[in-house]
Amino acid sequence: MAIISRGFSGRRSAADAKLPPGQYLTTDFPVLSAGPTPHIALDRWEFTIDDGSNVLKRWDWKTLRELPTEAITVDLHCVTRWSKLGTSWEGVALDVLLANVKTDLPYAMFRSYGDYTTNLPLKDVMNKQAWIAFKYDGADLEPEHGGPARLLVPHHYLWKSAKWVKGMTLMPHDKPGFWENLGYHIYGDPWKEQRYSEE
Amino acid sequence: MTWRTARVVGLHDETATARTLALVVHDWPGHVAGQHVDMRLTAADGYSAVRSYSIASASSSDRRIDLTIERLPNGEVSPYLTKEVMVGDELELRGPIGGWFVWRSDQTEPIQLVAGGSGIVPLMAMLRSRGSAGSSAPFRLLYSVREPETVFYRDELRALSNQGDAVVITYAYTRVTPKDWPRPAGRIDAPLIATGTWPSTLRPTSYVCGPTSFVEHATDLLIAAGHDREKIRTERFGATGERK
Repeated sequence: MAIISRGFSGRRSAADAKLPPGQYLTTDFPVLSAGPTPHIALDRWEFTIDDGSNVLKRWDWKTLRELPTEAITVDLHCVTRWSKLGTSWEGVALDVLLANVKTDLPYAMFRSYGDYTTNLPLKDVMNKQAWIAFKYDGADLEPEHGGPARLLVPHHYLWKSAKWVKGMTLMPHDKPGFWENLGYHIYGDPWKEQRYSEE
Repeated sequence: MTWRTARVVGLHDETATARTLALVVHDWPGHVAGQHVDMRLTAADGYSAVRSYSIASASSSDRRIDLTIERLPNGEVSPYLTKEVMVGDELELRGPIGGWFVWRSDQTEPIQLVAGGSGIVPLMAMLRSRGSAGSSAPFRLLYSVREPETVFYRDELRALSNQGDAVVITYAYTRVTPKDWPRPAGRIDAPLIATGTWPSTLRPTSYVCGPTSFVEHATDLLIAAGHDREKIRTERFGATGERK
């Protein structure tokens, strides 16, 4: 039974109905990162898919940008409780990148410039559920928001949408990434409010 | 993670817009400097709102923690916590949360703290934990504020910096300086980093906390001054983040 906060009424809006439990609406775009923002030159950028021992696929900036792109409009939910609705992105679906990858490894660890990592089941990044995004609101993605390119996997809390992404390693078993090792949930579904590892 | 009852045992205004709540938390498991808590308010009809706030007090074995909360003009939770809450009230919180932006008393390397505005709060917990743990790790704090009246913990910071060279504090004022202050008002820059922080050759661990634009600017300056990016930890909050 919750303690009633005497005199507190809160501020609600019609949009709250669209939010996962415990989230509140924001219209700006807060930034949360564990360390300094890396600045990556496009001529040195690459994205690779490997299976832990061999590189299976490799793209540089030019070859990535030659792939078919999609316009994406999605809601974002950060574990620090803000949600932002109807954000517009452009990117390449992971389905395109994984199209010719033959694997039965069911998990992936996404890797970023700046040594950030985050884990996801492979089935959660396929079937139009995840993208490598490089434009936000019609403009090149700013470094502080993960540019030149970040993972966008909006049905998870936003820490799973790794900024400055540079590759994914396919794995036989699930393994915690950076925040997942520091007390955050291994899966991170905002609609189930899977914020912390103890819930 | 369970919600715990916290009784308000003291209130202290740090500035015109920031207040410290002293809380006694039922079954509090203890915390590490830099961690935060989730605070939940519940209205009579069951509606609830949750925000995260950094712990300002030292890690200790008793059940008391302090939170310092900056009142945001259009906030949903911070105006209630900084204006309505009275001593004796019961609140709900859970935590401690966070295992990255933390300082542990077994760290012996030099520590560089860089605070922008209310970003001082988790860094104050580190300074206080250094003292309560009897640590001799050398600390420096670069504290950027709008004007002198917006400094949190003013007397305590002065006392700390008067204890000798162990804790060195440098202030930067972005809008209004104290009278006869040598540096004109302005945001932190390379010369201030050169004089007001540890040289990179000492390989300090840096903790940078503040609004996003401040953290981006400060970490860029630290890296330009030769600091390893792996030795810089950051905590950012947006305009509506209500973190801190």
